[in-house]
Amino acid sequence: MSIMTYRQALRDTLRTEMRRDPDVLLLGEEIGVFEGSYKITAGLLAEFGEKRVRDTPIAEEGFTGAAIGAAMLGLRPVVEIMTINFSLLALDQIVNHAAKIYGMFGGQARVPLVIRTPGGGGQQLGATHSQNIELYYAFVPGMKVVAPSNPADAKSLLLAAIRDDDPVLFLENLALYNAKGEVPDDDTPGEIGRAAVTRPGRDITVVAYSRMAAVALTVAERMAQTDGIDIEVVDLRSLRPLDRETVVDSVRRTHCAVVLEDDWLTYGIGAEIAATISDGAFDWLDAPVRRVAMAEVPLPYAKTLETAALPSADDVTTAIRQTLASVGRRAGKDIP
Amino acid sequence: MAKRRPTVREPRGQHGPAGEDAATDGGQRREFYRRMVFIRRFEERAARAYTQAEIGGYCHLNLGEEATVVGLMSALEQTDYLFTNYREHGYALARGVAAGRVMAELYGRRDGVSKGWGGSMHLFDGNARLLGGYGIVGGQLPLATGAALAIDYRGGDEAVACVMGDGTTNIGAFHESLNIAALWNLPVVYVVVNNGLGMGTTVEKASGEPELHRKAASYRMSSARVDGNDPVAVREAMLSALASARSGRPFLLEAVSSRLKGHSVVDPAKYRTREEVEALRTSDPVAALAFRLRDEGELTDEAIAEIDAEATSAVAAAVAFAEASPAPSVDTLFDYTYATPVPNDSRRLPGQPLFEPAPLPRIGADR
Ligand SMILES: Cc1ncc(C[n+]2csc(CCOP(=O)(O)OP(=O)(O)O)c2C)c(N)n1
Ligand SMILES: [Mg+2]
Repeated sequence: MSIMTYRQALRDTLRTEMRRDPDVLLLGEEIGVFEGSYKITAGLLAEFGEKRVRDTPIAEEGFTGAAIGAAMLGLRPVVEIMTINFSLLALDQIVNHAAKIYGMFGGQARVPLVIRTPGGGGQQLGATHSQNIELYYAFVPGMKVVAPSNPADAKSLLLAAIRDDDPVLFLENLALYNAKGEVPDDDTPGEIGRAAVTRPGRDITVVAYSRMAAVALTVAERMAQTDGIDIEVVDLRSLRPLDRETVVDSVRRTHCAVVLEDDWLTYGIGAEIAATISDGAFDWLDAPVRRVAMAEVPLPYAKTLETAALPSADDVTTAIRQTLASVGRRAGKDIP
Repeated sequence: MAKRRPTVREPRGQHGPAGEDAATDGGQRREFYRRMVFIRRFEERAARAYTQAEIGGYCHLNLGEEATVVGLMSALEQTDYLFTNYREHGYALARGVAAGRVMAELYGRRDGVSKGWGGSMHLFDGNARLLGGYGIVGGQLPLATGAALAIDYRGGDEAVACVMGDGTTNIGAFHESLNIAALWNLPVVYVVVNNGLGMGTTVEKASGEPELHRKAASYRMSSARVDGNDPVAVREAMLSALASARSGRPFLLEAVSSRLKGHSVVDPAKYRTREEVEALRTSDPVAALAFRLRDEGELTDEAIAEIDAEATSAVAAAVAFAEASPAPSVDTLFDYTYATPVPNDSRRLPGQPLFEPAPLPRIGADR
């Protein structure tokens, strides 16, 4: 085990995989000379050269599509899209091509591609640069979408994504790059399609992914002290495939749930989780499933407005208290 | 499982000048004529099957583009890759894919080239290095560019042919792809099959630079325009384009021909003027080549009739093959979502619940 940042875990993993497999190459805007907008690829151009660390023109559709075509011939490209907002320009290549090629041609061609891209608001970047639109990709069969919330998962899921023969959208988050955590030294890939119970607890289930899964852990530790409650945190980690069993299994034990997401509430990923809980744990529920999500506005620039629009630890705390209070009322108990 | 299938006489692989008498000029044109007639008869038969509702979806034909298709494909090496659009039956045939498997794909059958998952617009055959027909206009361009990147990355000497229509030169992916190929010196030839029309919109109404090959100039890419009705000229032009691509200079080749019928089988093409329709009669490359070969004494009327009969019966055999092939089994519905299996991959049919009904929890169960 070593302690390192999420950024460092990503960089080390890219390096390890490039050393291990000559078919792995990186493509993206400003990833070479500039070392990446968020410095994830720092030092890699120097080690691997221009052939394997390719600065592309500003042409998301063109270079993402080129990576897909290269993957069809057996290379294992890892594309960096500067932020997930810009992936919209490559939507056709990702959704209509990467996600379709294996099925549409009856399994004759594979697309071993990874698209790394950060989402996230809170940096005062305004409406076009602060979105969480991973849902667009998680919606599409043929895609795999992972969203690690800590350095250890960042490593194990990036290993899995690079070694996987399907297109994987690897969601990072601007607010997580400096997060520190323990990272195992060995290179065992994680499992795409499995959630994790990152904190076992008896009183309530909190379901989250990416940044909000980190927030959930912080809130759980704090509320153990302040409210004396025992929160179970389920970190989805994989948005497609979605590990519904782990979510439902947890709620069947705790009997209530709060779902956290950094995207908009209406039609969001939380809606899918709430529906899953209704399908799998209806008879176990002691309160309606509560969702904490972003306000439904294009995210404003001004700090006051931006802060108000984004889900915070306080919002999560309130939602948990209210859900437990509603459980208590139903049981005729008086839980504050 | 032993299953009787009709034996189909398949055309041989058709790359290269091939054919027993291809050594001479006349011989090469005779062979091209054979291949063109074969595509013509295949497409006519597909149109009939479509109107008989044997073929579903959309069905776009190469009628009028046979000389371009045959000329282009004869110039490719067996190891070269081809990416093209949804108007690609002829390309598959000219690449040597068994006609029965192409027809079976149109019929949506298990033995289709894409196992019934693609249909007319999405033919794929790895052995023939036909890496797809694509239904999204312009979608194949970034992919083809990336395939060329992979070849270059590995130091191979193959090239990629990326075929598109005239309307496709107006889409963003066209420009992004040409730019990348030029920057990175990729071994790819972009071929614009200019049939004068998008669906019903003319080149002049859709393109600021209607001399489409000149669009390459923005990327300092070499380009040329060729008469798409002359298979020999197309072959020659494609050979030099490929030579350029193989030496690291991507190329844009424009082949001009006409679309003889509607955009797809269902399109009556009412937007065409009487004069245009009249003019189409003289721009049929198959008829034109037959006349020429007869005038020049390369083919007799009997030989022409024989070539026709051969094509007709091969196409009939392809239809028989398609008809005999079973529909894909519903058991296989979830076989092609992912190449690498992962847990929790959904295999739910529309009416099935997510969770099996579970025993109710005991009231007052421990919590
Ligand atoms: C992105 C996209 N937009 C629109 C369509 C609908 N469409 C299918 S074919 C076509 C015309 C394409 O014209 P061209 O590139 O000249 O090819 P042609 O059909 O003439 O061979 C259009 C608009 C599509 N398939 N994809
Ligand atoms: Mg056209």
